[in-house]
Formats: sequence, C-alpha cells, structure tokens
Amino acid sequence: MRRIVADYPLVLTALILSLFGVAMVYSAGQTDTPTAVARVYRSQAIWLGFGIIGAYGISRSSVRFIEWVTVPAYILSIVLLGLTLIIGAGAGTAASTKSWLAIGGVRIGQPSELAKITVVLMLAHILASRKEPPRSLLDLWKPALVVGLPWLIIMLQPDLGTGIVFIGIFFGMLYWSGVAWPLLLLLGSPVVSLILSFSTGIWGAWFLVLLALILYYRPYLLEGIVLMVANIGTGVVAPILWEKLAPYQQNRLRVFLDPSADPRASGYHVIQSKIAVGSGGLTGQGFTLGTQKRLAFLPEQHTDFIFAVVGEEMGFLGVTFALTLFLVIFLRITRIAGRANDSFSSMVAFGLMVSWFVHVLVNVGMTLNLMPITGIPLPFFSYGGSFMLACWLAVGILMRISGEGRGKAAFKAS
Amino acid sequence: MSFHPNDIARRTRLSAFALCTGFVLLLGAFFRAQILQTNSYVLQSQENRLRPIPLPAPRGIIYDRKGKIIAENLPAYSVSVTAPSLDSLRSSLKQLQPTLQLTDVDINKAIRRYRRAPTRPTVVLADASIDVISVLEEHRIDYPRLIIQSVPKRFYPDGPLVASFVGYTGEITESDLNLPQFEGYKPGQNIGKGGLEKQYEPILHGREGVRYDEVDARGRAVRGVGPRPEVDPVGAPPLQTNIDLDLQKFVASVFADSLRGGAIAMEPKTGAVLALYSNPSFDPNRFTGGIPADYWKQLNSDPWRPLFNKVIQGTYPPASTYKLATATIGLQNKLVKMTDRMPIPCSGGMQYGRRYFRCWEKRGHGYQTLSGAIEKSCDVYFYQLGLRIGLSRLVGGGIDLQFADRSGIDLPNEYKPRFPARDVKAYYDRRYGSRGWTPGANALNLSIGQGENSQTVVNMAKFFTALATDGHTATPELVRQNPERKKILTLSTSQMADIRTALAGVVSARGTAGGSAIKGLVIAGKTGTAQNSENPDLDHAWFVGFAPADNPIILVAVFLEFGDHGWQAARVASKIMGYYTGAVPVELVNTDGE
Repeated sequence: MRRIVADYPLVLTALILSLFGVAMVYSAGQTDTPTAVARVYRSQAIWLGFGIIGAYGISRSSVRFIEWVTVPAYILSIVLLGLTLIIGAGAGTAASTKSWLAIGGVRIGQPSELAKITVVLMLAHILASRKEPPRSLLDLWKPALVVGLPWLIIMLQPDLGTGIVFIGIFFGMLYWSGVAWPLLLLLGSPVVSLILSFSTGIWGAWFLVLLALILYYRPYLLEGIVLMVANIGTGVVAPILWEKLAPYQQNRLRVFLDPSADPRASGYHVIQSKIAVGSGGLTGQGFTLGTQKRLAFLPEQHTDFIFAVVGEEMGFLGVTFALTLFLVIFLRITRIAGRANDSFSSMVAFGLMVSWFVHVLVNVGMTLNLMPITGIPLPFFSYGGSFMLACWLAVGILMRISGEGRGKAAFKAS
Repeated sequence: MSFHPNDIARRTRLSAFALCTGFVLLLGAFFRAQILQTNSYVLQSQENRLRPIPLPAPRGIIYDRKGKIIAENLPAYSVSVTAPSLDSLRSSLKQLQPTLQLTDVDINKAIRRYRRAPTRPTVVLADASIDVISVLEEHRIDYPRLIIQSVPKRFYPDGPLVASFVGYTGEITESDLNLPQFEGYKPGQNIGKGGLEKQYEPILHGREGVRYDEVDARGRAVRGVGPRPEVDPVGAPPLQTNIDLDLQKFVASVFADSLRGGAIAMEPKTGAVLALYSNPSFDPNRFTGGIPADYWKQLNSDPWRPLFNKVIQGTYPPASTYKLATATIGLQNKLVKMTDRMPIPCSGGMQYGRRYFRCWEKRGHGYQTLSGAIEKSCDVYFYQLGLRIGLSRLVGGGIDLQFADRSGIDLPNEYKPRFPARDVKAYYDRRYGSRGWTPGANALNLSIGQGENSQTVVNMAKFFTALATDGHTATPELVRQNPERKKILTLSTSQMADIRTALAGVVSARGTAGGSAIKGLVIAGKTGTAQNSENPDLDHAWFVGFAPADNPIILVAVFLEFGDHGWQAARVASKIMGYYTGAVPVELVNTDGE
C-alpha cells in the first residue's frame, strides 16, 4: 500500500461544513419552549466523530478493496431497503412513509442513505467495466437496472426526495461516463412527458422537440418507437399516477405551485421557512436568536429546514458562506474525479458529488419554495446519525481516490 | 467509457459551470428574499410572534355644571382568550365554561366576536367578578391563551336619575361596525348607545392603546416584556355639561314612582338644559358590559315604557300650551290686541257649521280679553281667533314658530313633531281627501293645540324660551356653549310684557294653575290638558312656564302622561322652579282648571 497525503482542501471544507452544521443543530434546539431537539446536537457531534474515524479507516484502505466490496454492499443495501417495506417507520416531514428501519420502535437508520453510496459504487463498477460509453438506449439496461431497483423500492416507501437523488445520480454519472447529451435527453423524455402531460398543448410541443431530437441523434428504429410509446404512455398514466399519490404528496406538489393554497397545513412549512429566511436580512438575527425558530413557527428546524435557521440567524452572509463551502467542496470533488487514477474512481467521485449536489439543490431550494418539499436532508447539516456517517464515509472514499490519483493531470484513456 | 484527457477536461469544465450556475441561482434567490424583500418578511415574522393586546381607553368623564360627576369609570376585569382557529376557540370556551359560568348566549357572542376579528383577543367576559378572576389566576398555567385585563368600566353614580339624558354604553354591534362613523372601531369595544354617550361618542371615546406579547407557534406568551414598545391608551377629555345635577335629582324625586312623563328645565336665555328627566327611568349601569336578558325583557315589557324618552321622543298634542302660539300669530298679524274681545262670548262652547265646539269650562267664561282668555284658557275665544287668522296663516305661523322642526337638542333620536305642511290644501287633501275637510274646523282645532299637531316636550320648552325672553328661541343644549338663538317673535316690548303678565295670571288665583303659586316667586306659564285616544277618561297634562316672570332664570316644561289635568303638571313645574330659585313653596291650593 502506497503512503498517501491527505486531501486537505477536501477534508477541511468537509470539516468546516460539519462543524457549522453541528452548531446549527445546536441552535435549532434552542427554543423558548425546550423540546427533545435541545439535546440532539450531542449525538450529532458523536456521529460526526464516528464519521471521521470511519472516513480515516476507509482512506487507509484502497480503491480496489472498495471496488471489491461494491457488489456485496449493493446487494446488502437492496435487502435492507426491501426490509423497510415490511418493517419500515417514518420520521420528520415524512412521518407516514417507511424509510426508516426500526427495531422495537427504535429507529436505527435509513437504508436509503447507505444505498445512495452503494448505488454510486455499483453504477461506477458497471460503467467502468465497459470499454465504450453507452451509445444506445439498449446499452443502458444494466445501469438502469442498478439504479432502477433501489429507486423502485424507495418510491414504494414512498420517499420522493431520495428518489429524485437517485435519478440525479443516474443521469450525472451517465454524463460523466461520456454518454452523449441527446441520448440522456431521450432517456429522460418519458419523465418530462409525465410532468408536461398536465397541459395537452405543452405536451404536444414537447413531442415536436422529441421528434427533432430523434432525427438529430438517429437511434435505432425500434428504440425510436419505444421512446415515443414510452412518452405517450407516461403522459397517459400521469393523471392515474397523480390519483395514486398519497394526499400529503399531492398537497406538497400543489403547495409548491402556490403555498397559500393550504397555509395552515402543507403550505405552512414553506411559508414559515420563507419568513424565517427573509427576516434574516443581511446579517441575521444572531446565532440561536432566530424568533421563527425559537417560537416554534419553523417546523423541522433541525432536519429538513435547518438551512432556514442558517438564513434566519446568520443572514445572507451566513447563507453565502455555507453555499460557498458547498461550491468549494463540489468543485474540489469534480477535480478529484478529473484526476482520478482509473475510471471506477473517477465515476465514484463524480457520483458522490452529484448525489450531494442534488441534496443541496433540493433542500436549500425548498427553504425558499424553489423546490417542492420532499423531506431531503442537507449534507453535513441536517440532524441524522446515519446520514452524517454516510457523508463522512463518502469523504473517506473521496480521500482515498484523491490520494491515489494525486499528481496526475488525468489518467490515460482505457 | 470515454476517458480521454480532453473529454475529462471538457466535462470537468461543464460540470464546474453547472455547479457555479446552480450556486448563483440559489444565491440570487436568497439575495432577493433576504436583501430585497427582507422588510416584508421581517414584518410577517413580527406578525407571527407579536400578539397585540388592546388596552381599552377610559371614556371621558361627564360632569355637571358645578363639577359633580355624572359618568365616570371604575376598574373592572375583563377575560379574553386568543385562538388561532374557531375550533380552538370553541375548545377553550368549553374548558372555561364551568369556571366562568358561561351561558350558551355568552359563548355564541364570543364566537361572533371572534369571527369579526380573529386576530384580536376575544372578549369572553367583559366584567368578571373578583371571585372568578382569582380562580382563573390560580389556574393560570392551565389556560395559556387567557388574558385577564384591568379595564375601565362605565359607571353612573346616580344611575336611573340621569339615564334620560346621559344614555348608556354597550358593546358595539356588528351592524354598527359597518357604519362609516365607526370606522376603526373593533368588536368588543364599548360605545355610547344613547343620550350624551352616543351624541358625544367621538369626544368621549378615548384612543385605544396596545401592548405586544411575544407568543410561540401555539399562542403561548413566552416573555414578560414586550419586544415592541407599548402604546398607552389615551383617555378622552372630560365632558362638561350644562346639567345641574342637584336639580336633576330633585326633578327625578318629584316624579317618584307615581307620575309618568317627563320634564325639562332650561335657562331660557342661553338654552342651557339644567335638567332633563323621563319617568320611569332605567339603570344605565346595568347596560354596561352587556345588559342582562331579564332586565332587558323587563324594560321592554313595562307598559310605562322606561326606554322611551318622553321629553324628546314622545310627541303629544300640545293642547292649551299651544294657545300662546295662536295668540302670538294673531298679534304678529295685527288681527288682535291683548285687550280685544271676541264677538261671541263664551257660554261653554260655540256653534261652528254643523258642529258644536265645546270650551273645557262648561259654565263658560263670558266676554274675555286676550289676556283673560290666556289666564283662563278659554277655548271659545281661541276658536274665534283661529277663525280670524285662518287655517293657512295659522299653519304658516306655526311653521315660522318652528313647530314643524325638531328642537335641535344635542341628544340622539329626537322625534320630529307632527305639524301640517305650509301648503295647507295639499296637506289636508292628502290626509282626508279633498271633500273630507273644511279649513274652518281645522283652524278651530289647531288654535287650541289639537288636530294635526303633536309636539315633543323639549320643542314646547323651546317655543316658550321666546316668550320668556325678547322673542328669541334658544336651542336646548346639554353641552354646547354657543347657544343658537333665533328671533321668532317680532312683538313690541309692551306686548311681550303683556303676554308674560297674562302667563303670570295663569299661576295666580285667577288662572288655571292657581294652586301651583309659590310665595315670593312669580311664575309665568301655561297649562294644557290634551285629549288622547288611548284613554278618554284620563287626559295628558302639560305645563310650560318660567320664573321669575319678569326676568326668568329657569324655564320648565312638564308633561304627564294621563296626568288628568294641566294643573297637575303645573304643580310639578312649580316645585322644580321653587327648588331652583330657592323660593319657599306656599301651601298649594287646589283650583280646578285647565
């Protein structure tokens, strides 16, 4: 085993983000009417410690070892995910879902957090084993299966937010593997149809765009037909699917379009979150002093809406600081992916980055109603042991990849 | 896989670009919310957590002319609750029901108040007893949304004695809230509902203050000291009235329980109202903070109608008191002199057309001068004078003497008198049809104060201010200091003096109210006995007069419903005038007269 030098920019940024996060979890507990949340920052700090130890441990192993455990880890996470459907429990803004594994009423973790990493690893494993990037839709069946299986289970829980993360990982990693963008677009087209079919006119226009894409990319005839059928199919089932959604999910989507539609219930979260963020102003109301949070107007202030606490107490400056840290770490990981020793490492690094990026985009966007409420946590910030641990295990993997790839501008084409 | 270094570099650049774009977009959204729109969000955040608690302002204290208190404020306790929703209010009320002993009516009232202003604390009990308050304070922790406030409560030390002019206060109604003059008023606030309280509501109503409690998402107050400065309530300035409280109380005592009617005492020169009383009265203190249903029912079912103000709302035929109007119209038109006799002597009545018109005195008065006819109230004399004046001049003259108008007293809900229109023919045609009436018969009726003529007590008093002075009427005023005076009589000084002499004769051994004379005080006035359809056996009794006759300082109008005879009213009036002037009443002699 080669001695490697730690990637200080990566580790330091992750550490600052985590400490910032623990501080915010502490602040989230400081309410005028004390609740159990007041104490959770301690366990968050403990999990951070475990995470750092875990990250160190992983960084001492090797990428080959990581690739070796990929398949069993993936299978394990699928099994655990499957278990949630049988003995799952809910929490937070998604109390009615079954994303938690609980034993005797004690929640011990969310398998989907583990799955986020193992799916990235598995996908990297599959894509890296190919000599050429997938050129047709048929070539994509394996990666689609790798992501699709856990995605399906997660959608059955149902956990829309994590589902979105998986889709982000899938498309992000295909892009990084060199799949041409028109193919990605064609691949994603049924989803677009699903959304656009609510307006027949726009849906019709989308078909013209789709046709142009097919003419440009010239897929196989069969593929073209399947694509069109898929688009029509999703468009047709969309209203049926809507009916199948749980009422709270329907409400969340409705409220995303207009929070005032349901100001007491579903819209309440978004409205209060926007008030908290907006009232922060430039410098915020001061650490632990946010009134929206203190007086319990802000829901889920230590988990899903922790960034609203940042906005309320630290103001625009604090928000800028936090987002800049995220940008720095994402750019750093992209660089690590670009300089990785081999294609598996590169794919893993980029996949982990995309996963976090989707988290940040959706979670932070949610606090200002730019994104629908999906109960997706903010990496390094949101309270949650398994998520903190998963984030730091990912940091460990990235440290290893960075260490092995250090010094080279890029590896040779395989 | 395509991992050529160039491809990698290109994808890295593109990814970095995408990341930066996402970063800029997010940051832009935060910039918009936190920098550009922050003020609106700060406001919303404050609205969230700052619960305004209105601090009621004390109403202006009402004083009489000597600085005695007519209406003041006492400390009371109000109980209100705040509720985020109607359901929450209902459950709070249910929880409080046994402690506060709320009736269903109270609960419905509270719910209506809440619907009007859900963000304001909903008043549950406007005036809670100290026992209830101490129980609530003990269980403070169980009722986080409860607000117990010390609030000013209206109190009238003399209660029923002053109710006739001071009115009462009560909670503003929903229909009042829609009126433009109550813009800015909130449900649960008290307003003047009658009398001076209503008339001078804009002056008497102070400016409500506000205190801010910081509350959490469940509406529980969390900090003692409000984060926003308190706005102290501003009490209204005191209201000085022209009322003489001692006289007012004396007037009320004269009426006691047996007499039913009203009286007004004024300064004839200034129009200042010294006393205004309608009997039976009501206790305005019981109206404060919501009138008990049984008391309300009792007042409304009382046949003597306590809530009906007999001084400003009751309109009655002025009867013989109106003869002064007939006389002055005749004098002003130079159709008669004080010393003139009428062609037909009074023999207890006179024939006109196919009808025989009676004088009240069956024995007759014989030949009389105008002075004598006033003293003895001879109907036959005034029948002939009325005929001489003619119906249209009689009506027109009455209108010029302001008998068709309200007196303009500064009290709400004064009734308009009934009086024919200046276009006599059109008026009577509309009333009786063109063949249903004759000018003569109507002139006869009008000349003695019957017919289409009903006046309020206050309006008759106003007319007599002209007789008591140099021909100017003074608008009766409880508060205003700038009397509005209008000259309605253009008689010479000697004619005015003659009239006053004749009126003094009424309250003398010769006149109809001889029994009301007082030693050392020359009272001038006129009795009236008005027939009414409700009870043919008991007439209404009038007396309007002033004293001393040569230089009057007090003018009194008394009206007794079913008082039988005018002299009954005169006795009440003379007591009032005697009390005010400090004269010693003589032994009152009963003389039969109208």
